[in-house]
Amino acid sequence: MPRGQVFVIPERCKGCRFCIEFCPEDVLTESEGMNAKGYHYAVVAEGKEDACVDCRFCRLVCPEFAIYTEEVQ
Amino acid sequence: MSRETAVKSHPLDPLLRADRLPHIWCPGCGLGSIMACLSSAIAASSIPAEKHVIVSGIGCTGRVAGYMKLDSFHTTHGRAIPFATGLKLANPELEVTVVSGDGDLFAIGGNHFIHAARRNIDINVVCVNNFNYGMTGGQAGPTTPVGARTSTTPQGATEPTFNLPLLAATLGAVFVARWTSLHVRQLEKAMSRVMEKDGFSFIEVLSPCPVGFGKSNDIGDGLDEMSMYRRNGVVSHDADLTEAGIDMKHDSPIVLGNFRDVERPALGVRQ
Repeated sequence: MPRGQVFVIPERCKGCRFCIEFCPEDVLTESEGMNAKGYHYAVVAEGKEDACVDCRFCRLVCPEFAIYTEEVQ
Repeated sequence: MSRETAVKSHPLDPLLRADRLPHIWCPGCGLGSIMACLSSAIAASSIPAEKHVIVSGIGCTGRVAGYMKLDSFHTTHGRAIPFATGLKLANPELEVTVVSGDGDLFAIGGNHFIHAARRNIDINVVCVNNFNYGMTGGQAGPTTPVGARTSTTPQGATEPTFNLPLLAATLGAVFVARWTSLHVRQLEKAMSRVMEKDGFSFIEVLSPCPVGFGKSNDIGDGLDEMSMYRRNGVVSHDADLTEAGIDMKHDSPIVLGNFRDVERPALGVRQ
């Protein structure tokens, strides 16, 4: 099973939660802090640090081009 | 492994006018997801980016042309297909994709659609259907489901609607599909398929418009409409398209799939 690293661009997020709700591995959650526009952006949930499988679903479903993953060896 | 890493740019940024991000689309709108699928399909395409052209009409979806860092046309209302036809016939080397909304393509632009499909011009048409005129304040259009409340049908729409995949297939489109802004993998694959296909290809993509349509129809925000697509979406590539109309009721199935993929002599094909 591939393993992925999550990258986020906090300032682009508008808090739609698409990535959080539809991540097949439930890797993501809302940030505690907010970005400059007042949105809680997506972050990796506690205990899910090794759960991303680099399926790229978040990269495609994010309307804001604010999240993507890369495979790690 | 670590938690998330905060960065400043995205791998698809080279295909976007990233200096214009964040875009104007509302939180919960599906247009950005569809543009991500389109960008991914273009990035993976064997046709170089400088040969891809995006043409759009007017409306929220019309903004796609302005956000893509490709040769792109933001045309007059309803006229995306005529502009695309001219581009393709003058320069068959180009891979021309029209991205526009349901109102632009099927109300004011309806006649252009039927004749482009009849002639089988080698362009791709992606219609983002959000069931209303979102940019101008949520008015009813030719895809507004019967019973749906909009700012011009506060008691519920009464007119019959277009069934877009049936319409496109009847007119002779060589590729006909319907997906949603949630079905991003299937949508990306369908977009890749139409880029390698000769002839008039049509993809309808359902997308939430939480401000213009969702809130007045008890659907809620964009996430709720996306969940509805997951709950009610039925993938059936062999579906009887006469039964594929959409009423957007909470318990009605939404038929999805790549319904048609055939060959027919096309106009404007690169030699």
